[in-house]
Amino acid sequence: MDFDLNEEQRLLADNVARLMKDRYGFENRKTYQATTHGFSEELWRRYAELGLLGLPFSEEDGGFGGGAVETMLVMEAFGRALALEPYLATVVLAGGVIRRAARQELRAELAPQIAAGDLRLAFAHSERQSGWDLFDVTASARKDGGGYVLNGEKGLVLHGDSADKLVVSARIAGGQRERTGLGLFLVDAAAPGVARRGYPTQDGQRAAEITLTNVRVEPEAVIGDPENAAPVIERVVDEAIAALCAEAVGAMSEAQAMTVDYLKTRKQFGVPIGSFQALQHRAADMVVALEQARSMMMFATMMAGEHDAAARGKAISAAKAQIGRSAKFIGQQATQLHGGIAMTYEYKLGHLFKRMTMIDMAFGDTEAHLRRLSEADSLFAA
Amino acid sequence: MDLRFTDEEAAFRDEVRRFVRAELPPSIRDKIAAGRHPSKDDIVRWTRILAARGWSVPHWPAEWGGTGWSPIKLLIFNDELQRANAPESLAFGTSMVGPVIYTFGSQAQKERFLPRIVDLRDWWCQGFSEPGAGSDLAGLRTTAKRDGDAWVIEGQKTWTTLAQHADWIFVLARTDASVKKQEGISFFLVDMKSPGVTVRPIQTIDGGHEVNEVFFDSVRAPLENLVGQENKGWDYAKFLLGNERNGIARVGISKARIARIRQLASLATYGGQPKLADPLFRMKLAAVEVELKALEMTQMRVIAGGQGEKGKPNPASSVLKIKGSELQQATTELLMDVVGPYALPYEAERDDGERWNEPPIGPDWAATIAPTYFNARKVSIYGGSNEIQRSIIAKAILGL
Repeated sequence: MDFDLNEEQRLLADNVARLMKDRYGFENRKTYQATTHGFSEELWRRYAELGLLGLPFSEEDGGFGGGAVETMLVMEAFGRALALEPYLATVVLAGGVIRRAARQELRAELAPQIAAGDLRLAFAHSERQSGWDLFDVTASARKDGGGYVLNGEKGLVLHGDSADKLVVSARIAGGQRERTGLGLFLVDAAAPGVARRGYPTQDGQRAAEITLTNVRVEPEAVIGDPENAAPVIERVVDEAIAALCAEAVGAMSEAQAMTVDYLKTRKQFGVPIGSFQALQHRAADMVVALEQARSMMMFATMMAGEHDAAARGKAISAAKAQIGRSAKFIGQQATQLHGGIAMTYEYKLGHLFKRMTMIDMAFGDTEAHLRRLSEADSLFAA
Repeated sequence: MDLRFTDEEAAFRDEVRRFVRAELPPSIRDKIAAGRHPSKDDIVRWTRILAARGWSVPHWPAEWGGTGWSPIKLLIFNDELQRANAPESLAFGTSMVGPVIYTFGSQAQKERFLPRIVDLRDWWCQGFSEPGAGSDLAGLRTTAKRDGDAWVIEGQKTWTTLAQHADWIFVLARTDASVKKQEGISFFLVDMKSPGVTVRPIQTIDGGHEVNEVFFDSVRAPLENLVGQENKGWDYAKFLLGNERNGIARVGISKARIARIRQLASLATYGGQPKLADPLFRMKLAAVEVELKALEMTQMRVIAGGQGEKGKPNPASSVLKIKGSELQQATTELLMDVVGPYALPYEAERDDGERWNEPPIGPDWAATIAPTYFNARKVSIYGGSNEIQRSIIAKAILGL
């Protein structure tokens, strides 16, 4: 058992932390958020130069062969800074589908473009009615010659408004919530029949509702087994949850640090408010919640690469549930301990709270994951 | 970063597991699994089985009987024993006074006392808390005055766990009342057979007898029974309490209790279905398991991260104390969910074990559950209450 990072990982963490410190102050972030796509094109280039965008792709595909630990390090740093760029959408989610399921030629074509910062993707999977059910898909794919014709609506597509290409899930066969019969397709965002309605999200990011009307896809754009995408979707979503756990821990750490700082500097009744025991004990409970979350972030990272889907799913659900609980506690306590200033839009803390809250709402909230665990055998089953 | 056990660690775990399975007497195992307290004989018997294997004080220095295991291996060892429902080591000797003696004691004290802790020939108890000195331990009022060849100890200790079995007690007493309260305290080793020592039982809310009051009426302890330097006792006490907190997460015990909850919940039937099939109960169980899994990892991180500053408690152990105690209590609440209405009958005699020969009232596993729940409220109070732990975190980790 070893909790330490290796030399390369330490270097990676240092590099990302330095870039965020130099270029991602909260005032910088406001200017990035105000652009059309809601993030910094320039930083996207910097991520490419640092090797972050190709990080998890294999070396033979043009990437750097990083694993879940490397993704964790990047996402934690992004969480602290509240980074806006579509890293999760492009590299972890849609990129994950490409890595896990695309034919070698397609991987070899796309991975270098992603790594270079020339191609942004989005994962157009969930739908208005699906909640967190990964297999509730009504968008349809009808066989047409060698290719398919897609119809349907996709909702809450993260960074779907600025993506160059979309990885779209659609049903080829089976009933609305059936596990089998799902396919994954690579669709050009500018293809005829794709309509996108972009919007900002509560946490300052961007998403889109996407309508597909008779969108033609060629046979080469089918990703993986056209009728059995479920295992790929599950796997990639589990990896995305592990990444989101790290982002949440980054945001929690930042909220915690800001709060402690505030307790030491804010004076009332002639003394720093951190000298009051009622506030000290809340801050101490935040430490406990953060350590528990950090432990489960590591657990999720370790288990994200597990091939046994049941064991992986349990670990990921346990992590997501813990992170959700800790994030809610830390977000609410940090807000309370700051007092009025935390309620203002101009101050970073509220935005950390909002991001943590929206991470809990992504891919299953605390309760949804506890429900999933409650239906399985014990986390401690031998 | 690799959170899996190495091959060597996994092999070690299997070795410990095999050993416990083969050597732990089933009567003791079943008693503990059932939520009853092990007797003095049970604890002595098990300690001697461990001692014969060289495993009764694994964390000690090798010259006094330790094993030289890594912190992770020590954790694996404790976890396996707890999960297997083995009696806990008598911490007053093995984790409290033993480490104080081998760290601060004289050579003569080491040679005299340590071997007798290894195989539990001496049963130790802890003379720290007093009626007026709980969380404010340094406010203690028991005094020790030098008189010829002895220290004369005068005062009262309380909450003294298992003092009714004890051969020896380690005592904090005030030796200088003229200085700051922490700077006038010394650490003594006192024979419980000394004239003037009186033990009076305290019955706890579960009906059990674990704790006692201990009175010192002009008790004479030989001069050589002072540990370390006069008036440095507070330093030794802080060292000791840091060790105490390191074991206090009790993850293995909570895991054993989770296993028992699942077993009993499959037996207990309400409304025609086992409790374990109740979705709301399963949600609550899952929530506790998640926190326990996280605590297991947190404990590993604290232990792998080293012990902090030498000779001082690692403030991260306060995190383990808070969460560990909360989870121990949460598991007892789940047991209450399982037992339901048959939590009601009070069968005090069952705790005495062998003499009970009438059929149980209700399910044969039900009688210990409410007492276990009530008894577990102590874990967030003792060893430095959870509020004291929060203040330690606020000061030592956050700098508030």
